[in-house]
Amino acid sequence: METVQLTIDNKKVEVAKGTTILEAAKTIGVDIPTLCHMKLEDTNFENNPGGCRVCVVEVAGRRNLAPACKSECTPNMEVNTHSVRVVNARRTVMELILSDHPSDCLVCAKAGNCDLQDMAQTLGIRQIPFQGEKNEYKSDESPAIIREMEKCIMCRRCETACNKVQTVGVLSAINRGFESVVAPAFEMDLDHSNCTFCGQCVAVCPTGALTERDHSREVLDAIVDPTKTVIVNTAPAVRAALGEEFGMEAGTRVTGKMVSALRKIGFDYVFDTDFAADLTIMEEGTELLGRLSKHLAGDKDVKLPILTSCCPGWVNFFEYNFPDMLDVPSTAKSPQQMFGAIAKSYFAEKLGKKREDLVVVSVMPCLAKKYECSRDEFKTDGNPEVDLSISTRELAQMIKNYNINFNQLEDEDFDQPLGESTGASVIFGTTGGVIEAAVRTAYEVHTKKECPSVDFKELRGMEGIRSATIDFDGLPINIGIAHGLGNARKLLEDVRAGKSNFHAIEIMACPGGCIGGGGQPYHHGKVETLKARQKAIYSEDESKTLRKSHENPFVQKLYEEFLGEPCGHKSHELLHTHYYDKKNVDKK
Amino acid sequence: MADITLDADKVEELKAVCVKFNHDGGELINVLHAAQIIFGYLPAEVQVIVAEGLNVSIAHVYGVVTFYSFFTMTPKGEHPISICMGTACYVRGAEKVLDEFNKLLGTKTGETTPDGKFSVSSLRCVGACGLAPVVTVGEKVYGRVAAADVKGILAEYGA
Ligand code: SF4
Ligand code: SF4
Ligand code: SF4
Ligand code: FES
Repeated sequence: METVQLTIDNKKVEVAKGTTILEAAKTIGVDIPTLCHMKLEDTNFENNPGGCRVCVVEVAGRRNLAPACKSECTPNMEVNTHSVRVVNARRTVMELILSDHPSDCLVCAKAGNCDLQDMAQTLGIRQIPFQGEKNEYKSDESPAIIREMEKCIMCRRCETACNKVQTVGVLSAINRGFESVVAPAFEMDLDHSNCTFCGQCVAVCPTGALTERDHSREVLDAIVDPTKTVIVNTAPAVRAALGEEFGMEAGTRVTGKMVSALRKIGFDYVFDTDFAADLTIMEEGTELLGRLSKHLAGDKDVKLPILTSCCPGWVNFFEYNFPDMLDVPSTAKSPQQMFGAIAKSYFAEKLGKKREDLVVVSVMPCLAKKYECSRDEFKTDGNPEVDLSISTRELAQMIKNYNINFNQLEDEDFDQPLGESTGASVIFGTTGGVIEAAVRTAYEVHTKKECPSVDFKELRGMEGIRSATIDFDGLPINIGIAHGLGNARKLLEDVRAGKSNFHAIEIMACPGGCIGGGGQPYHHGKVETLKARQKAIYSEDESKTLRKSHENPFVQKLYEEFLGEPCGHKSHELLHTHYYDKKNVDKK
Repeated sequence: MADITLDADKVEELKAVCVKFNHDGGELINVLHAAQIIFGYLPAEVQVIVAEGLNVSIAHVYGVVTFYSFFTMTPKGEHPISICMGTACYVRGAEKVLDEFNKLLGTKTGETTPDGKFSVSSLRCVGACGLAPVVTVGEKVYGRVAAADVKGILAEYGA
């Protein structure tokens, strides 16, 4: 490897040729401030427009300051990252950015988590000497995401997320100069665009320009309403990340504390989406085996591979981009919707209440779930299966509102019956988890033997596209896995072209799966955070006595008492759905 | 988006342009240029065809259309009025003339009247500085125009 030697702040550094000053400085522990730049190591997210100029450094012999994120190291370069000139230049850059930015920090959804606000504080900006014209844009409120483009600093991270990583292509910089901003085509609202509501643009936006639509006030209203029984359920990835909002290290599991906090907030029943994830495996696994045995019996019409359908961002994506393949994904609803459907039928019956008297709230790592629960096909006489979907971040905010000392809470257990879950359902929270859970059950149902080991490590990892062949006692089953919609697109194009030999494919819209969801605590560009969450998920799985969905005793009871059999008549009515061709819906 | 129906022959012509450029997204600007010559302007419907023809996102097409002032999304009026804003015209009061047109027609620069009869735009120097301020309506050139003349000019076209 060819290397380059240089000095940064009088320290000698040797780095590979092609390394930027920013990266070189990191190797000696110097963090040069950045704003527009963001790189998620080991993923294909890299945003490097070199636009903000906050990262400027002084290079001996050069007249102009150099942006560290864009400048490659050259031999014997002498870099100074904190000369007076550098510090002053950074301040001026910030003052200019702030001159076209609303001073809304007191009431901004992003305050405390905002890279721009942090930078202003780091640089000690106390006034904004440039008073310029300020841009105004119409605000855009979709069911999942709110755009307040006055707060946009044109870092273009959202474009990288939407166009390069997700290949959805909804966002673009438009206009020029002072008027430029990022927007969907024809400045239509996100709701009218092809947006999948994956929320990855929100996850990387440094400011409050892109945030989730906050439903926590409506949740509180329901809780104080004496006529309502309020039921909460929490997705697997939430417990692996919520602690970060309370200063805990990434990867700290806070399941028990979370349950305790939800009780303190006043939910009548604290249940677990994981219960419904076990149920999803029963349905999806049965569907897979059904298609597989038809295929093995020579039925040419049967569609394989089967695609998982528990990620609503992914569902939106294929409805827009692969409308010719709507019969390929599993028809099983997502765990969120299965939970709501069971809560408002089976559980409502048990309570002797009408579905209208129940309010089902889900806590999700995801913004697409907000959209999903508002879909018409998930309503019965206008009453939705899930009334409100809030993000991990919104839950953290609620806990803070209630002045609950989260870190000191005692662990508590979920309520029953919809709080029981197995390790298989926990791993739904990470890429590879849904299919591993499905394999654990499908293997045993198909072979009528016990799995040699529940840990199918060949399905785990962080690479964007993975594959493995699992031996079902002599029958090789080919599994594909993709996370990030750009990766999903590649696998899907192969399927469309008839080049795919997979029997089943798991797809998650967000990089890392739900642990990297658009509603999770902000990762601020640290991929280690996602990896730590993934580890937490697998360790929670290991800590469980039951680790296969079909062993969940309450799921078994639900089938006995209420549903009959997996993929049976009642299941079809309550737990399965259909998809729509959205390619040609009127967009304007 | 079903606001307007595009002329089918023109649509075919545009699709042929996309083929000529090998459906190459890198040729977006050239294709938009051709599209604007074919249709006279670039309504949303045309941008959608270009996006599909070059396999790029509609948002990207719109981004490029709004970036270059050469591209326009409003159809020109039956009588397109252009006011030169070059230095010579400007110092001799072209802005007042432009304001007068907009006032009488109820438009903003770059817009077309709702009945589609007139559109108002400003131009860089047209090289007729001896006649400053210069106004063109369609092909016809008017020299030494003052704000007071505007009403009379519009009357020639039935306003
Ligand atoms: S986006 Fe950041 S800097 Fe802007 S108002 Fe919100 S918290 Fe403050
Ligand atoms: S939510 Fe996803 S699809 Fe929608 S604009 Fe953001 S990145 Fe693109
Ligand atoms: S919306 Fe956010 S991520 Fe997108 S360019 Fe603006 S500040 Fe950057
Ligand atoms: S971080 Fe280097 S230019 Fe923005």
